[in-house]
Amino acid sequence: MIMKELALHVMDIAQNSISAHASVIEIETVVRRCEDRLTITVRDNGCGMDADMLKSVTDPFTTSRTTRKVGLGIPFFRLGAEACGGDFSIKSSVGEGTCITASYQISHIDRPPMGDMAETMLTLAVSNPDVRFVYRLDVDETVFVFDTGAISEVLGDVPITEPEIVRWMKEYLIQGIDELNGGI
Amino acid sequence: MKSLQELEAIRKRTLEGIQLRKEHDGTRVVVGMATCGIAAGARPVLAAFMDEVSTRSLQGVTVSQTGCIGVCRLEPIVEIYKPGMDKVTYVKVTPDMVGKIVTEHIVNDRVVEEYTIGYYESNRK
Repeated sequence: MIMKELALHVMDIAQNSISAHASVIEIETVVRRCEDRLTITVRDNGCGMDADMLKSVTDPFTTSRTTRKVGLGIPFFRLGAEACGGDFSIKSSVGEGTCITASYQISHIDRPPMGDMAETMLTLAVSNPDVRFVYRLDVDETVFVFDTGAISEVLGDVPITEPEIVRWMKEYLIQGIDELNGGI
Repeated sequence: MKSLQELEAIRKRTLEGIQLRKEHDGTRVVVGMATCGIAAGARPVLAAFMDEVSTRSLQGVTVSQTGCIGVCRLEPIVEIYKPGMDKVTYVKVTPDMVGKIVTEHIVNDRVVEEYTIGYYESNRK
């Protein structure tokens, strides 16, 4: 597994959504300890893919990048989940968006740690201020939500890239995630 | 627990400063964040730039991300566009190099030669 944290996969998959010109990217991690299950979903309203592209997108020799002929983001994400007693699915339609889900057996010995979701969400939000990011962490039905749409609404003309806002979001994310003991 | 109400206070505090500096062009820090960059450790580098810029309250510096820059073996790659200076490409960047790049390059207009792609390519064995 090349990504040391699941949060890095999330970051990588969200890049695809950004390249697909999504204006809203929803990221959800659901932890169900009694079922020994961790599920990660990345959903966007980007340009989506047609059936042909969708069929081949988990193949490393399919990519939309122009610098090389291989694309490893989705294949790695899939392989990682399937190697840890989990499932992988991808749904997409042109003009509507894409939804990717990967699940893991929490206790599986090869499962990478969730990692630093606060850093993933903060870097995504601050370097893509025009995209609305919604992160929902659900640990056994206790929920934390980080929504840059709600934040921007309060801020009005003040961009979320302002240093003071960035510091606030960082603390907000760290506190919210810690409180649910997101350390999976 | 932090609340959205606190944001309202921060908004009022910062609004004035923002209007003052809307006019001039700023410096752009761009970090390559494709699969190659992320796997090589680009996220902590991006976070370190954001931290450094926000701790120093640097005005007119934006930190953003892009896809694959094309030289994946040299990731994490950071490009800095500063008005009046040529674009500079830093390679194999780690979070502990970020402080120096910000102080020297962004604040003092002095390129950190030993971190650049040109230096790396001409000095590797």
